[in-house]
Amino acid sequence: MKALLFERLVHRFAAARLVSLVAGSGTGIGVAPLRLGEIDPPSLPGANWHRVAPRLSGICGSDLATLDGTSSRFFEDIVTFPFVPGHEIVGVVKDGRHTGKRVVIEPVLSCVVRGIEPLCPSCAAGRTGSCERIAFGHIRPGLQTGYCADTGGGWSDELVAHDAQLHLVPAGMTDEAAVMVEPAACAVHAALVGQVVPGERVVVLGAGTVGLCTLAAVRHHTLPSALLSVAKYRVQRRFAEDLGADEVVAPSELGRAVRRMTGTLALASSGGAIDRLAGGADVVFDCVGSARSIAESLEVVRPGGRIVLVGMPGTVRVDLAPLWQREVALVGAYAYGMEDVPGGPRRTFALAFELVAAAGLERLVSAHYPLERYEEAVRHAANAGRRGSVKIVFDLRREDPAWRRTAEPVAKKRPTPRRDEKLETSA
Amino acid sequence: MSPRPGFVLEVDRSTPPTVFWHGEGFRFERLPEGSRVVYPPEPLDGLVDPEASIRHALEHPLGDSAPLSALLKPGMRLTIAFDDVSLPLPPMRRPDIRQRVIEAVLDKAAAAGVDDVVLIAALAIHRRMTDDELRHALGDRVFDAFAPHGLLQQHDAEDPGALVHLGLTDKGEDVEINRRAAESDLLVYVNINLSAMDGGHKSVATGLASYRSLRHHHNVKVLQHSRSLMDRHHSEMHSSNWRMGRLIKAAGVKIFQIETTLNLDMFPSQFNFLQKREWEWSLADRAGFHATRLSLDRTPPRLARQIFQSMLSPYAVTSVQAGEVEAVHDVTLENLHRQQLVYVEGQTDILTMGLPYLCPYNVNSIMNPILVACLGLGYFFNLYRGRPLVREGGVCIMSHPTPWAFNPVHHPSYIDFFEQVLAETTDLVEIEKRYEESFATDPWYIHLYRTSYAYHGVHPFYMWYWCAHALQHLGAVIIVGGDRAAVRRMGFKPASTLADALEMAEDVVGRNPTITHLHAPPLLVADVS
Repeated sequence: MKALLFERLVHRFAAARLVSLVAGSGTGIGVAPLRLGEIDPPSLPGANWHRVAPRLSGICGSDLATLDGTSSRFFEDIVTFPFVPGHEIVGVVKDGRHTGKRVVIEPVLSCVVRGIEPLCPSCAAGRTGSCERIAFGHIRPGLQTGYCADTGGGWSDELVAHDAQLHLVPAGMTDEAAVMVEPAACAVHAALVGQVVPGERVVVLGAGTVGLCTLAAVRHHTLPSALLSVAKYRVQRRFAEDLGADEVVAPSELGRAVRRMTGTLALASSGGAIDRLAGGADVVFDCVGSARSIAESLEVVRPGGRIVLVGMPGTVRVDLAPLWQREVALVGAYAYGMEDVPGGPRRTFALAFELVAAAGLERLVSAHYPLERYEEAVRHAANAGRRGSVKIVFDLRREDPAWRRTAEPVAKKRPTPRRDEKLETSA
Repeated sequence: MSPRPGFVLEVDRSTPPTVFWHGEGFRFERLPEGSRVVYPPEPLDGLVDPEASIRHALEHPLGDSAPLSALLKPGMRLTIAFDDVSLPLPPMRRPDIRQRVIEAVLDKAAAAGVDDVVLIAALAIHRRMTDDELRHALGDRVFDAFAPHGLLQQHDAEDPGALVHLGLTDKGEDVEINRRAAESDLLVYVNINLSAMDGGHKSVATGLASYRSLRHHHNVKVLQHSRSLMDRHHSEMHSSNWRMGRLIKAAGVKIFQIETTLNLDMFPSQFNFLQKREWEWSLADRAGFHATRLSLDRTPPRLARQIFQSMLSPYAVTSVQAGEVEAVHDVTLENLHRQQLVYVEGQTDILTMGLPYLCPYNVNSIMNPILVACLGLGYFFNLYRGRPLVREGGVCIMSHPTPWAFNPVHHPSYIDFFEQVLAETTDLVEIEKRYEESFATDPWYIHLYRTSYAYHGVHPFYMWYWCAHALQHLGAVIIVGGDRAAVRRMGFKPASTLADALEMAEDVVGRNPTITHLHAPPLLVADVS
């Protein structure tokens, strides 16, 4: 089958890191340890596993960090090489009782998926995203589909998924909407982790896919008195307004905007620029995850407020003095599981399906690419905002893929391997 | 030879290009044949002995006022309020006329044995003046005698303890002014009447008022019906101030008003060409202009701003009158009109104007986009009596770089107004309704206004409202050579050149429009038939 394979080639990883750090995200794709080729489909690891043919698979910020070589070494023990990336997936089941049906994959490889009993405390509590056994069980380590050598990933013609990972797509839902369910689930979880009390003032920092989905989720699941979005690019501003932001500001306007929103005082330097707020927002969702965004979150959150880290951070250098002095809570929001919502606990993915439909998140899918144009796709994803886009997906539909209708002819930056050519792996 | 009056030139083939102010620089534009250029009168001669004229005015008051010396008694509380840094423009060379007048008043107070004297800068909701600015306005002697003892104060419109509510006018307008001024046995107000808008009851009713009081005449409705701000008899803003002034008088506040007028000698000798009509330029004027323009084109904006902001005007004092407020102001207006009035026949389709680097609210500061709009549409558009220079539905073309730049110390709420409010809407009524109160009561703006050098949080709203009459009257506003994003943010149209702007204007007013250029500053008031 055709797949993009990410290998453990340290020299290429280092080269990609160097290039991306110098020239920006996505620029190192030409030297990154990612290759398009023909590989054997993954084996079914056991009963209750099924073959799934991806139809659309998104390029996520965490994928870009991996390809840029900037992701944290924290993940080294919870991924296995070589792996096929892609964890935002809508596909078609190829076997079993759901054969021919479209499904969204819930990619977390938790206890149930791994055949581990009894369940770890997190899984037992429904917090599968926090599974304590992601390196154990009958499949190799991997926190998610798309980071595990045994399951395959969405950037291919086929992967394997456990029953517990499958969510049937309603008949009326487009593939574009369905592929947004996984990022929407992350956003729903983050919004609920934020525990926004009605009437609180909320900031969503960043307006890429994660930021916009989080904005929609906060608007959908909570009742803030003011919801401020920080967006860098015009397309992001427009979507943020549409998805319910009360105000959308540029990054440079953040301090002033939060001061206005909260009516707090500010500590200003002699030049008059705002250095720090005396009070601030009740909850800040950092959907970027950089040192700068964490620092900015600390600058604009009120004493005793909460910062929810939604965007994937790496190794960052941040002054935590304000976190200490102002007793700010910094909490991560990763993946999904079960959520406590009015009416009783529900799976995050079920809520995400509803959010995608209610907020019309399928409109965030901006461009489709075939796997063959993966370098172009990755560069586009890395510069999505600047290029007027949000979510970039690989379109693997054999019948009438969108890229065939809309995209430019395939630009072969690198010779495509023959179908019978298999990539060498260093597993 | 006596100074020549103002003049309306009709441009023909032989007319040289016209100087347009363009912020901290100039444009040299060739206007289409048939255009009119309205030039200000030449500067009147100044008073031969200003000190003697001041002493004479104090002892020969107008209206029903007694001479100042008769009003001064030992043991009385005397407050002297004076116009702030917004006047005159540009700041005048030392000695400032405020210094001359206040020294004369203080001499009389000392002679009368008055010990309890406080000076108050009548800021209204403007920024506080720096010590240097106070020293420049009042002179070293006055500053050193009062400032160290806390007797030189700046009006604080947000200090509840320093304000007193005197009542409501018959139109329900709150009159709340400075407590020290209101409770003094005598309030002497020292004006610089640079334009017909200044002075009269506006001095105390605005200069020493609170937001609670100001909002009654600094609002969209009143300013839409102030036609013009230079014509108090047709200005709702002035009518409101007059009602308040009469209530202040009825409440027992004894005011001795001193008003002064200046001539139009606004620029130092190196800018002589600005005081002349282009076809009368000497070789030295021509060389001076082109050398200045070329060097300014090559000067970084910050440095150019410093150069212009350090410019001091050689103004001469043309009149001093004192006594009862209304009687004084009537004479002041006569003196102002004697200097500034220019008869203009009929309106025009397109009014062009070059906006300089300075308006009342950016002394030693940046002329941000809102102030550009205010100067052009609030002040220059209103430089008329009778009818606006431009017809209803006509186009105003203004030339200014309009940088997207703000002084964060002086104009913190302007930044937020520009980033938040104008990003949402430019509609005056909606802005007033949705945003004014939150800005006016924002504790941070209040803190900065009271303790730093910031304009009050509501001030950018007032600057925007100042454009109300023009925005209601005009079909379009075009800014030549401005920052395009900043111009668009305000709902105006940007143009690269005057020619482009004139073409764009034709889309609004039709082919072969009449064009009139307001050649100011120096200031003038067009008396439009």
